[in-house]
Amino acid sequence: MHGFANPRRFLSLASWLTPALLVSGLLLTAGALAWGLLAVPPDRLMGETVRILFIHVPSAWLGMGGWTAIAVSSIAFLVWKHPLAAIAARAAAVPGMAFTAICLLTGSIWGRPAWGAWWVWDGRLTSMLVLLFLYAGYVALAQAVERDGGSPRIPAIFGLVGAVNIPIINRSVVWWNSLHQPPSITMGKSAIDAEFLIPLLVAMLGFSLLFGGVVLARMRALIAEMQHEARLRRKAWEASDA
Amino acid sequence: MHEGLDQWSFVVAAYALGIAGTLLLTGWSWISMRRAERRRDAVTRR
Repeated sequence: MHGFANPRRFLSLASWLTPALLVSGLLLTAGALAWGLLAVPPDRLMGETVRILFIHVPSAWLGMGGWTAIAVSSIAFLVWKHPLAAIAARAAAVPGMAFTAICLLTGSIWGRPAWGAWWVWDGRLTSMLVLLFLYAGYVALAQAVERDGGSPRIPAIFGLVGAVNIPIINRSVVWWNSLHQPPSITMGKSAIDAEFLIPLLVAMLGFSLLFGGVVLARMRALIAEMQHEARLRRKAWEASDA
Repeated sequence: MHEGLDQWSFVVAAYALGIAGTLLLTGWSWISMRRAERRRDAVTRR
């Protein structure tokens, strides 16, 4: 793993892996969504609205997965001081925030016909909303630290502290009474019929590949911006020296 | 199900939002990456 912390090695890997992940992710996601929209039968209780599952669940998975990536990268940065780990954490923030927002909005759209309400202040929805605010705070903090030349340890510590919300989101439907259904997929078990489960797993894989491609693209953009700044500074220094 | 709502309009709204959001995110991250790499390479060539 430490070998990939070398930016040159990382960039040579990311140059082919970024388009590969994006294209395979887009194809799998498109196939899974078409499957969910056109081929899956309506549910006995939820009717046609069950199809929202194939967008809502992968978005929730990636919203929580994005912050988990921030926390793991933050630990790697704080322990090993790899600058690439701090870049990876920053790169996961915007896609994580986008998928958290998609999860909340599609959940709200699903809630109206299923529960009769666009929003309820229960444990799952509220902790997911808190995650969205944490993402917004992290993005603002990381940008401020970069702009004002602060220590990158600050967003890393914020990323670690914010990770306390992830198990709260995961367990919220067990700990508190909620309109939201309890977990349907647990380790090695599923309460979902195979007709829904298989396209759901394909959608989760497709969205995850897409997420990986977006994070790599963000990392490459952040590295290129840093190299651009460094080269401009070096040229200015050489010009003033001549 | 409540009030005899048309279920398909909710499904279409959720799909439109999810697909548009995902495509915007993917397109924005790809374009900003290409732009940043072009700017960096332009400084090297100068």
